[in-house]
Amino acid sequence: MDALLEVRDVTKSFGAVAAVQGVSFALHAGEAHALVGENGAGKSTIVKMLAGVHRPDTGTLAVDGAEVDFAGPADAKAAGIAVIYQEPTLFPDLSVAENIAMGNQPLTRLRQIDRRAMNANAERLFTRLGVRIDPARPARGLSIADQQLVEIAKALSSEARVLVMDEPTAALSGVEVDRLFAVTRALRDEGAAIMFISHRFEEITALCQRVTIMRDGRHVCTEPVADLTVDDMIRRMVGRDLSALYPKQEATIGETVLEVEGLSREGVFRDVSFTVRAGEIVALAGLVGAGRSEVMQAVFGVDRYDSGSVRFLGRKLKPGSPRAAMAAGMGLVPEDRRQQGLVMELSIERNVTLPRSRALAKLGLLFGGVERREAASWTQQLQTRLGRLSDPVGTLSGGNQQKVVLAKWLATGPRLLIVDEPTRGIDVGTKAEVHRLLSTLAARGLAVVMVSSELPEVLGMADRIVVLREGHVAAQLTRAEATEESVMYAAMGQPS
Amino acid sequence: MSEVRRRLASWDSIIIALTVLVLVVASVGVPNFGTSRNFTFLVLDLMPIVLVALPMTFIIVTGEIDLSVASTLGLTSSLMGWFWNNGLSIETIIPLCVLVGAMLGAFNGFLVTGLGLPSLAVTIGTLALYRGLAFVVLGDGAVADFPWNYTGWVTGTIGGGAVPNVLILIVALALIFGVVLHATPFGRSLYAIGANAQAAHFSGIRVARTKFWLYVASGAIAGLVGVLWTLRYSSARADNGSGLELAVVAAVLLGGVSIFGGRGTLPGVLAGVVLLAALQNALRLQDVSGQALNIVTGALLVLSVLLPNVASSIRATWHRRRLRQAAAS
Amino acid sequence: MTAALVTKSKRPALSAGGLMKTRELGIILALAILVIFTAVNHPRFLSGQSIRDILLNTAILAVMAAGQAVVVITRNIDLSVGSVLGLSAFTVATMMSTNPDLPMIAALLVGLAVGAVAGLINGVLVRYGRVPALVVTLGTLYMFRGITYSWAGGQQVNADELPRHFLRFANASVLGVPWLVLIAVVVVGGVSVLMRNYRVGRELYAMGSSPQAAELAGIRVARNLLGAFLLSGALAGLAGVLFAARFGTVDASAGNGYELTVVAAVVVGGVAVFGGSGTVWGAGLGALLLTVIGSALAVLDINQFWQQAIVGALILFAICADRLVAVRIARSLRKRDSHV
Repeated sequence: MDALLEVRDVTKSFGAVAAVQGVSFALHAGEAHALVGENGAGKSTIVKMLAGVHRPDTGTLAVDGAEVDFAGPADAKAAGIAVIYQEPTLFPDLSVAENIAMGNQPLTRLRQIDRRAMNANAERLFTRLGVRIDPARPARGLSIADQQLVEIAKALSSEARVLVMDEPTAALSGVEVDRLFAVTRALRDEGAAIMFISHRFEEITALCQRVTIMRDGRHVCTEPVADLTVDDMIRRMVGRDLSALYPKQEATIGETVLEVEGLSREGVFRDVSFTVRAGEIVALAGLVGAGRSEVMQAVFGVDRYDSGSVRFLGRKLKPGSPRAAMAAGMGLVPEDRRQQGLVMELSIERNVTLPRSRALAKLGLLFGGVERREAASWTQQLQTRLGRLSDPVGTLSGGNQQKVVLAKWLATGPRLLIVDEPTRGIDVGTKAEVHRLLSTLAARGLAVVMVSSELPEVLGMADRIVVLREGHVAAQLTRAEATEESVMYAAMGQPS
Repeated sequence: MSEVRRRLASWDSIIIALTVLVLVVASVGVPNFGTSRNFTFLVLDLMPIVLVALPMTFIIVTGEIDLSVASTLGLTSSLMGWFWNNGLSIETIIPLCVLVGAMLGAFNGFLVTGLGLPSLAVTIGTLALYRGLAFVVLGDGAVADFPWNYTGWVTGTIGGGAVPNVLILIVALALIFGVVLHATPFGRSLYAIGANAQAAHFSGIRVARTKFWLYVASGAIAGLVGVLWTLRYSSARADNGSGLELAVVAAVLLGGVSIFGGRGTLPGVLAGVVLLAALQNALRLQDVSGQALNIVTGALLVLSVLLPNVASSIRATWHRRRLRQAAAS
Repeated sequence: MTAALVTKSKRPALSAGGLMKTRELGIILALAILVIFTAVNHPRFLSGQSIRDILLNTAILAVMAAGQAVVVITRNIDLSVGSVLGLSAFTVATMMSTNPDLPMIAALLVGLAVGAVAGLINGVLVRYGRVPALVVTLGTLYMFRGITYSWAGGQQVNADELPRHFLRFANASVLGVPWLVLIAVVVVGGVSVLMRNYRVGRELYAMGSSPQAAELAGIRVARNLLGAFLLSGALAGLAGVLFAARFGTVDASAGNGYELTVVAAVVVGGVAVFGGSGTVWGAGLGALLLTVIGSALAVLDINQFWQQAIVGALILFAICADRLVAVRIARSLRKRDSHV
């Protein structure tokens, strides 16, 4: 078989963080190739190199056997590579048809844009995908699924020889996924090379012939999909046995700390009720988009809710005020570390002490390095690997950044800690440390609410599991009742 | 070692060093620059810019901007004349003008934080609105007969020496703003807001409320400067301070404050203000047109952002080249 | 119920083109009300001379607003236009006074060239220096003005030093339409068509709508951005020539503070300061509206001093209205979406 696109021993680092180290693989015409690995394994960096966004520090890319050096996305596009990103990259002010046609709009004889042909073209692509979106409407306000479909139409319209899809199915429904796969198979059989990134193994086995596995920025193996079981793949992604990751300690369950009752917000979640007690780890499970993070953000007050109540330590909590929640003894380690958890440009010490600077001040002033001492003590307790406390927090690796977020909230001495996807995008070693830490804290009487999309994490850590489906509580399971099947059954709302 | 180097290489240290250099060279090389009389004028000339720059620094650190400050100054100056003509006592007028300034700032703050409108557009709008109202209040006339003991205080010096009375005010306010920005929880929150407003919100910082009060402070200071300006020239006019907003923004950015927020120091800003004022003053003593200095101001402003960018991209290129060489060998 | 939803979703306000049209419709409506009200009270407001004056006054502003609109659509800003106008006006006036035999076209070309170079400097600093446009153009605002001042050294070029054909240009007409107005119409119309119907125009909208997505889409961001600043500079340079021809007397302060009026015209004309939306002819209408307000105040014998305040209020009104419309549209699009 002839390699359409080759990745040859590429390396890329950002500051001190090596995102990709010495990775090689090849994409062949007429083949769908899966790229798997945990979050933070370096898949997205590979995608961005193929797209011409990042230049490899060392190593090269080759198209049809000839080395290429992409100066920008335009070069990659010209080389016949189309990319569908994890997050849609549409122009909200432009029409859907313009978004699809951007860069190769049909022209009239006067080199003006032929809008009619452009709209008809978009219509044709949507018919092929079996969806109905008005090509003349602006992209602003499209649902995530529709945006993803427009992205797919965009990639199809460019008639690329290499199609790179970074988790294209995350926001799609079952029917839409089936249609996407039908179209993708057709492209593949016409001789295109497909690179497919997904966390859903059933999709990989359904679509792909070969799989490349990455771990911590390194290439683990590339093998035919048929030769590997799902368990093999997971083991190679994670690099160790699963049970060692979840060191659950026994804790005595104390009094009720948090009571959420009938919490509703129009179009997001409705009538959500649950309680959390001291020493307990309660997991919020469910599919992406089930409203788990939204519920917890409303509880903490960074978002609003329309009705219902949040009682904390027996008292009603003022809605919409993170400051009140903090003062009452709540902490939130948010899902999006870079955007919500940390101020990347600020130093490590400032980040650690940000919610606590008022308490640290003497006579309203912060003098004599009180912040540095506080930050030093907490980062040491959490064994954070760092250079200087005055370095910007953005220079740390993902796992150490997460420790800084944890330090920041533990320093406030909370009674309840909400952790949203606490181990997303961090390396395996740190992952185990975070789990051990949460377990220890619970054993000392802290109440923990953990939002997680990783079933093994949920099952390994939680005392109780609240399953959300489409914004409401579908089931509450005890540790004894919970199995992968029972949780998935509740989350999907259909017999497995 | 590298921490020391980093601090030395930071833009605000460079600008402070440059300012000291200009002051020394001018004192030695420019006749009359070092005289006490010239010092008094220098301080009086930089007073409006330095005072308005204090809250402006806070606002730009949070990632916003206030272009309406000079118009607020003009409107309070106009009102001061109008109040005086209507027989109010000067002791009533001065606090009243500061209050009006604060209210004008509050209106900006409401539009930016309450309605979520972009501050650049809002304050260009209020720049025109407030200046227009200033003309509505006073037309193109002037009110000049303010009591001499007040006008005299503003232009006077301590004990008739070289130190102008207003320098006390400048130093006091600069100290307060400096301590608040660099040594209080409030100051910390401003940097967090400017660098990442969402993360600040998630850390329990009241982003909208904080920004609102910054606009109030900015308006109040602009009102105060309107009063001082009027007293200094003994003339309340609608066009007082026209165009000052750009000079203030230029000085703040020159002092190393990032227009995107989250970065900058008050000492840097003070150095920026002094540098511009000293250059202007020295050139004027050399009979160079003050307007020609605009070239220097503009170039410094662009360089203050350009140089760090160029330096960092050179470093990145070196870094990549080193990696490639290491991989090749 | 479904039928009701379908008819609702077919309302023109919901399609992209329709949305833009409604925005400009608002300005036209405001203009119409203002003109009718003024004309009813003072019929002379609609006399040929009065209309001619308004259009002549609009022309210079509209030319600059067209360039500014393009820059603002890319989510940037060009504050240096007033200084570029001054530099170009002084260059051309000096040139014409020392070489009175040069034809008008030479003056226009030199003005355009001076502006284009200035604009190119802005663009290079923004793109390759990675300095925000606000900072760059605030800096060049000072620099270009400073250059003009040091060159002029307090002198001015008077009307009697300029050749007659140069001064006549401002008032001369083709088929009854003054040259100035013709140039403004051609510029605003041409740039509008460029932005609406050509690839590069749509790419400029795309860059303003989402800069990251524009990079990922392989749009030639650098070339386009340089082009946008070059156009804005060149048009400010052209405006400088028109300024010199119209007013005859040029000193180093020509066009001082103009940048804010130009930005005001663009914002009032419905171009969002965060880029991606608005039209060039909307900005032209904004320029016309600002000028008509000035004239109407004079005719209605309202204190001239109200003009600036009204302009300010109008800017605030425009951005509030845009915000409200954006929120409403977003809501209705979401609703429609969830029902499909």
